[in-house]
Amino acid sequence: MRALMSFLLLGASKLAAAVPAQNALEPLGVQAAGIHDLWRLTLLICTLVFAAVLAAFLYAIWRAPHSKVQLAPDVSTLDQPEPKLGRPVVIGVAISIVLLAVLIVADFVTERRLARLPLKDAVRIEVTGHMWWWGARYLDDEPSRMFDAANEIHVPAGKPVILKLNSADVIHSFWAPSLHGKKDLIPGRTSLLHFRADQPGVYRGQCAEFCGFEHALMAFTVVAHPPAEYEAWAARQRLPAPAPATALQKQGLEVFMRSTCAMCHTVAGTEAGARLGPDLTHLASRSMLASGTLPNTPQYLAAWILDPQKFKKGANMPATPLSAHELEALMAYLETLK
Amino acid sequence: MNPSPAVEPRNAVLDRTWSDPPGLIGWLSAINHKTISVRFMLTTFGFFAAGGVLALLIRLQLTVPDNKLIGPDFYNQLFTMHGTTMMFLFAVPVMQAVATYLVPLMIGARGIAFPRMNAFAYWIFLFGGLMLYAAFILDIGPDAGWFAYPPLAGPEYSPGKRTDFWAQLITYTELSGLLEAVILITTIFKMRAPGMTLNRMPLFVWTMLVTSFMVMFAMPSVMLASTALITDRLVGTHFYNPAEGGDVVLWQHLFWFFGHPEVYLIFIPPLGFMSSIIATFARRPIYGYPVMVLAIIATAFLAFSLWVHHMFATNVPELGKSFFTAASAMIAIPTAAQMFCWIATLWAGRLNFRTPMLFALSFFFILLIGGLTGVMLASVSLDLQVHDTFFVVAHLHYVLIGGAVFPLFGAFYYWFPKFTGRMMGERLGKWNFWLMFVGFNVAFFPMHIAGLRGMPRRVYTYPAEMGWGLLNLISTIGAAILAVGILLFVVNVLLSRKRGDMAGADPWAAGTLEWATSSPPSPGNFPRPPVVGSRFPLWSKDGVAGTVRGLADDRREVLVTSVNDAVPNHRAVMPESSPWPFVSAVAVTVLFIGSIFTPWAIVWGAVLCTPPLVIWFWPKRGPTQKNIEREVKP
Ligand code: HEM
Ligand SMILES: [Cu+2]
Repeated sequence: MRALMSFLLLGASKLAAAVPAQNALEPLGVQAAGIHDLWRLTLLICTLVFAAVLAAFLYAIWRAPHSKVQLAPDVSTLDQPEPKLGRPVVIGVAISIVLLAVLIVADFVTERRLARLPLKDAVRIEVTGHMWWWGARYLDDEPSRMFDAANEIHVPAGKPVILKLNSADVIHSFWAPSLHGKKDLIPGRTSLLHFRADQPGVYRGQCAEFCGFEHALMAFTVVAHPPAEYEAWAARQRLPAPAPATALQKQGLEVFMRSTCAMCHTVAGTEAGARLGPDLTHLASRSMLASGTLPNTPQYLAAWILDPQKFKKGANMPATPLSAHELEALMAYLETLK
Repeated sequence: MNPSPAVEPRNAVLDRTWSDPPGLIGWLSAINHKTISVRFMLTTFGFFAAGGVLALLIRLQLTVPDNKLIGPDFYNQLFTMHGTTMMFLFAVPVMQAVATYLVPLMIGARGIAFPRMNAFAYWIFLFGGLMLYAAFILDIGPDAGWFAYPPLAGPEYSPGKRTDFWAQLITYTELSGLLEAVILITTIFKMRAPGMTLNRMPLFVWTMLVTSFMVMFAMPSVMLASTALITDRLVGTHFYNPAEGGDVVLWQHLFWFFGHPEVYLIFIPPLGFMSSIIATFARRPIYGYPVMVLAIIATAFLAFSLWVHHMFATNVPELGKSFFTAASAMIAIPTAAQMFCWIATLWAGRLNFRTPMLFALSFFFILLIGGLTGVMLASVSLDLQVHDTFFVVAHLHYVLIGGAVFPLFGAFYYWFPKFTGRMMGERLGKWNFWLMFVGFNVAFFPMHIAGLRGMPRRVYTYPAEMGWGLLNLISTIGAAILAVGILLFVVNVLLSRKRGDMAGADPWAAGTLEWATSSPPSPGNFPRPPVVGSRFPLWSKDGVAGTVRGLADDRREVLVTSVNDAVPNHRAVMPESSPWPFVSAVAVTVLFIGSIFTPWAIVWGAVLCTPPLVIWFWPKRGPTQKNIEREVKP
């Protein structure tokens, strides 16, 4: 509840202000829409079948004579050969077979349709699942244009996206229901997921395969920008972190390098290059912390650094005891990582 | 009705021969199938209650968003143990437990095949289950899910003893299931009363025969998988380690090759309960007997061809997916055929809405929903959305509770008079039923919606912004109502056992053989085993065509008949009560539990197991081996 309040009150960026969609019934991309069409057809057929069978059942128990006392059973059929199957039973089974066939064909067609998403000019992102956060590397034919980010997947709206899914440890599953169904991230194997977000917006997603302790707090957001804005965003992300400007920020960088932070995180343009934790080069541009667990506000960021386990018990980031001054400097530095 | 063989006077010698010996040693030596079955049923029900308590804790935690009541560590143990308990310690064993009571009675046999093995299977089941719970209480409860996917369940990501306990005890309790399957298949094939051809077997016996065959094919798969897991964990093999050429998806194939059929292991015996109850309370034989039998067999075959639908989100090749979609959807056809046959039976019957019937009829509503959501899950594309969400939690409980628990409760009401000699209270029964029915639907229906609206499963908390709070609150209220309903059942059993109306041999005027003997049956079941002339022997004039004479009273002699036509072949002498199955079970348990801590336990455990097993199987020569040629005249 407190998280929610501060989320609403302090909500930093305009993107984070709206509650993001995470709903298979509200498709906002072609792939999810295709699945949703199939869902509606399936639901219709199943509802009809349900109604029909239940009606037959209720009619049968309504028309059969009821009795409280034990009557002699009706065993007239017992010693005769089985009568031929009643026509209604045969018809019922036949209808079931036909309806199932319809559903199988519809599924087949939907699957083909999902597989046919045009992939020209697709954005390629390599997503790696970790316990319990997401790494994202934006691929490019030109190595110098590649860059790393974490926990938020930014994509251009209206353009196809190819995700290359990998895992660094156990099996995770990438699932943003408003955009597409899920796909597992399996160690030792690479899988692909194609989708397209049709409108700009923020879509929430969550790890869907049980992956241990903090599985519940392994969320992410997909942020779809208008294409031009996406290019601008990507251009900014390719830049290394700016050098600290003020004295306080310089101290902050020093704190960062001196304490445990640099042992796990990368900040491009500095000496910190470790890959055990999320890339922090553009930390300040993200809207959430700790895989969708906390809003990215200075208060939460500071509290998180001092004691991550307070918010995410299993987080694999150690608590960092800092003096008030060190913390202030570090925060000042981190805020420059736009 | 017809004069039933129960009318024959009880025979004191026979009763003594088949009784379990008195005293504590006697108690531990018991091998009578009814004694063992009652213990087995009570044990599985105990595990059901424990699993239910865990479920309530899960629901309590999920009632409101951002709840801090139960942390991730305990929550993960809770749902792991809930799933493990319900699937491995309740649902399959309870069906086998009920069957070991009823099958011999339904086929007119004096006992069960391999009675000592039956006792042994019970003891290892009890010890295995208790050890699993002991681990849980000692805070080394497994927490990698009841499906225990590596690498999460592997040595690297689940260090410590938690998953060791899980993997080892799964292998162990499945051993019990495997033994029970062998026992039931042998009993059904070789010990049917003369005249009970396959074509006259009660449908419940058919379902248990098919289920037992499925166990024989499915269980080894999971035992193999969990053994490979334990060797990965204990002695450093690399079956599931991708870094060393192992494959994590291998586990999923092995596990679901067992895990999917397991759902049908749970669901097929209740089809037999349904058929017994509906026939009796509609006062008519079930319509389309051959169709029912073929449908059960078809379900069993199909059940082995669709495990991959649990793995659509992994990299299954496209063509494969379509095959598994079609197979998964097609399994609805035999079930549909059975539903229609039952409706046809009701249509032509005269209905009596006693409690067992209410439980059976609720199946039409609940299983219909569970079956239809199953058809939805069969579709690859839809499954990619709802897999691993609360939609699946809803679906699986509609199938398991609607398909197994409701018929099972009906079955308890129906056969309670046979087990105890007394009727269960009808008024409490109705309350019991309606609370369970309403509570169940209130608890599980909203989960469909929560899942579609994006709520993943196996999460210990969820943010308020997602808007799943109300649905979860309703679910928890439903679960509480369901729990009260189940509690009433316990109350009803306790009250009725002492004060219920006396039942008599055949209180429902039912037609199958188990009602042809006194309630509860004498230790030897049938003073004179019947000779069967029809599918519902008690309902037709020549149903019980005579009785078998010439079986000895002073030793445990049973008639062995041919597989197809139940023509008497010869007689066999069943073993006496013996404490050695119990002692052996203790020794084997020490071996298994010890091996969790050191591989050497296999060696010294084997040494420990040898003497009791040798004594148990030491051949005895005696008068029992004579006279075996004596002809039996029906
Ligand atoms: C007594 C009423 C029951 C309630 C209130 C209940 C509730 C639940 C809930 C809420 C979950 C989801 C846990 C999660 O995803 O975090 C769950 C999972 C499960 N339940 Fe039940 N359940 C009940 C009875 C049963 C029965 C009778 C069976 C089987 C015969 C069963 C089998 C399972 C299985 C296999 C899972 C999956 C565990 C997993 O996700 O690994 N449950 N149950
Ligand atoms: Cu995960």
